[in-house]
Amino acid sequence: MKFVKDHPADATLDLVCRLCPLHLLEPGERLKCLKKNQVLEVLTDYDGALEDLPAWCERCGQEFIGIEEDEECYKLYIRKIK
Amino acid sequence: MRRVYLDHASATPVRKAVIEAMLPYFAEHFGNPSTIYDLGSTVLEAIDRQRAQVARLIGAEAKDIIFTSSGAEANNLAVKGAALARRNKGNHIIISAIEHHSVLNSGRFLERMDFEVSFLPVDEHGLVDPERLARSITSETILVSIMHANNEIGTIEPISDLSSICREKGIVFHTDAVATVGNMRVDVNELGVDLLSLSGVSLGAPKGVGALYFRDNLRLMPLIHGGIQEMGRRAGTENVPGIVGLGKAAELATEELPEKIKHVQQLRDLLRAGIHERIPHVKCTGHPDRRLPGHASFCIEAIEGEALLLMLNQEGIYANTGSACASKALKTSPVLVAIGIRPDLAQGSIVFTVDGTNTGEEIAYVLEKFPLVVEQLRSLSPVWRKIVAA
Repeated sequence: MKFVKDHPADATLDLVCRLCPLHLLEPGERLKCLKKNQVLEVLTDYDGALEDLPAWCERCGQEFIGIEEDEECYKLYIRKIK
Repeated sequence: MRRVYLDHASATPVRKAVIEAMLPYFAEHFGNPSTIYDLGSTVLEAIDRQRAQVARLIGAEAKDIIFTSSGAEANNLAVKGAALARRNKGNHIIISAIEHHSVLNSGRFLERMDFEVSFLPVDEHGLVDPERLARSITSETILVSIMHANNEIGTIEPISDLSSICREKGIVFHTDAVATVGNMRVDVNELGVDLLSLSGVSLGAPKGVGALYFRDNLRLMPLIHGGIQEMGRRAGTENVPGIVGLGKAAELATEELPEKIKHVQQLRDLLRAGIHERIPHVKCTGHPDRRLPGHASFCIEAIEGEALLLMLNQEGIYANTGSACASKALKTSPVLVAIGIRPDLAQGSIVFTVDGTNTGEEIAYVLEKFPLVVEQLRSLSPVWRKIVAA
């Protein structure tokens, strides 16, 4: 697990309080709106996302940058590769 | 026997066009909207079209609408969902003393979970004072819930004044608009609300469907955990025919609202004036002017509201004593208590809610029968005899 701090992002997707498996459905849709190499920040309070999102990135050919944990939620960073 | 239905706040008949729109979604388009084949995806598209219709009726965007099973569920999701999602920001909630039970009891539930809940008093017309709201806000306040209009007394609250106070302080503002959507113009941006509940019951849609408007991806803790329906905010396979019915009813309401308001207001005024002319010792409840167009509510001295309803029923006239779910409890209405009505007078509460389908002839029939029923009941009342003797 790679941890980051204050990573810059081009867009934020707030999935706090949203039920599983939204964390695997919405990032793909949101990445469609970004350009190559732009970074998406995903906010979630779902623990399962910590394993699921890196695996999803690998499967979909996107780069998983890392995770930051704050008081409210997890922040996961994905770079759009394709 | 003639039937005059004047309890549209409790339920409205489902309109023919609404039933026709719903019918294909029972058998022909039966697919589960969460499936990826066309039998399911066409149903999902239909749900999203209804979302747009409901959004249009209240000046919102389709993405900001969650379908629920009722107005009560929408109120629960708004109050509990918003409070629980903001628990780390504060633990104080403000709701008015005259809210529907689905808001009041959600507040009481949150009290048991260590939230602090303030029940804001109202004046004799049922109005919430914006200054009083401002004084009640603390650094811990995370949510305010005040209904758009009260279903028992018809008073319309100054929502935009109240919501602007909350917006300045970053406090989420919810309004229960079950009584107003479809009965008067409702625009979420003009009202400045973050959350707004509505129900199919008052729109000519079937029972068992409602919706919650939520602004800008506002965080809401789901009440029902499960799958991906309603964008992961409300699990459970959708009530597709009900949602289609709500969408069609919303479409019709958007088109017909200005005419309907004019019509029901005329009938309401006719009814109010007629009752005042014909029956002594009657008190109008709620605000004289800031009230729902089709809503007339009274307290009749020396009468039990339930007896009145049953006698009117025998004449084919259908009204209510207050909210549909509270009228069976034979308990003094908390709304009437909150506006300072004496408990004995509150027993004689009666509420007429007029719809676009009612006619002047029907109102004339009520004005013929209602005074006779009151007279008959009062002739048996020792309280009335004392009033007359005094």
